[in-house]
Amino acid sequence: MIAVLTCSNVVISSLRRFIPEQVRIPCYIVIIATFVTIIEMVLQAFVPALYDALGVFVPLIVVNCIILGRAEAFAGKQPVLRSLFDGIGSGLGFTLGLLLLSLVREVFGSGTLLAETNFAVQLFGANFEPMRIFAQPAGAFIVLGLLLALTNIVFKRLQID
Amino acid sequence: MEKLISILFIYILVDNFVLQRFFGICPFLGVSRKMETAMGMGMAVVFVITLSTLVTWLVHYYILVPLRLEFLQLVTFILVIAGLVQLVETFLRKASPTLYQGLGIYLPLITTNCAVLAVALLAVRQDFTLLESVVFGIAASLGFWMALVIMSGIRERLDLAKVPAALQGTAITLITAGILSLAFMGFRGMLTF
Repeated sequence: MIAVLTCSNVVISSLRRFIPEQVRIPCYIVIIATFVTIIEMVLQAFVPALYDALGVFVPLIVVNCIILGRAEAFAGKQPVLRSLFDGIGSGLGFTLGLLLLSLVREVFGSGTLLAETNFAVQLFGANFEPMRIFAQPAGAFIVLGLLLALTNIVFKRLQID
Repeated sequence: MEKLISILFIYILVDNFVLQRFFGICPFLGVSRKMETAMGMGMAVVFVITLSTLVTWLVHYYILVPLRLEFLQLVTFILVIAGLVQLVETFLRKASPTLYQGLGIYLPLITTNCAVLAVALLAVRQDFTLLESVVFGIAASLGFWMALVIMSGIRERLDLAKVPAALQGTAITLITAGILSLAFMGFRGMLTF
C-alpha cells in the first residue's frame, strides 16, 4: 500500500500539468493500476506464500479509496516532493490502522502473535480456547467499530478535532 | 444447470460479498442511510456488475489471452468498469434526476466499488464459463443489493435510537454490520461446489 500510494502520488504529481481536467479520474486509475500490476508481479515472484494468502485483495488495491482520494485531493495539485511525503504518510497511517486491527483479531481470535513467521508467539498457554469470532468477518466489523469508538473517545479527551 | 443455481444461492446468501467477503463496504456504509437511495444504488450496482462481468470476461478470453497480454488484465478491467459507470451516470442524469441527486458522489464511486472489480477478477480466476460468469455477477450484485437494503432498514431505525456519543456515526454502523454478518454466518456450509 505504501509503495503503491507513494509511487502513484509521485507520478500523478509530476504529470499534473499534462492531465486534462475532464479525464483525470480515468488517468489516475490507469496510473494506479499500472503500479498495482507491478507490485502484484513482484509479490508473486518474491513472496508467493504471502501473495496466495492475500489472494484477490492485491489487485483490489487499485480501487482502494485512499489511493484515489489522495491522488484527487492532493497529488493532482501539489508539487512532487510534498506528494511523495503525503503518500508515505497516508500509507503509514493506513498500515497502522491495519496492524492495530489485525493485532486485536489475532490475539483474541487465535491466541498467537505473528503466527507463521519466525517470531511466532503462543500467548495464553495451551488450554486457551480463542474466541474464533474475531477471525471471522463478523468479528472484523465489530472490532473495527469498537476501535473507531475508542479513537473517538481518545480524540475527544485530547480535544483533537 | 445445478451449478448455476448453486452459484446463485451461494453468492447471495452463503458467501455474501459484503458481509462475508468485505467487498463493496464503502457504498455499503455510505449509501445505506435511506431505503430509497439504497434501492437505487443497489439497482445501479446490479446493472454495472452484470454488464461488466460479461464484458470483462469477453475481453479476457478473446483479447487478452490470444494476444498474451494477461498482465494488462487489471488496467483493461478497470477501464471497462469506469466506462460502464460513466454510461450509467449519463443515463441516470436523464432518466431519473432525483435518484441521481440522491446518490450524489457515490454514483461515480461505483467505479472504485471493489465489489465490481472483485467480481470481474474472480469470475476469470475461478474459470467460470460465460454463462456461469454472468450468473455469478448477477448473484454477487443481488447479494450486495440485499445487504444494502437490509442495512438501510436497520439504519433508519437506528436514527431514532439512543446511541452513546462515542459510538455514533460509523462506529455503530460497523457494529451493526458485524451483527448482520454474524446472522448470515448461519448459512455457512450449506452449499458448496
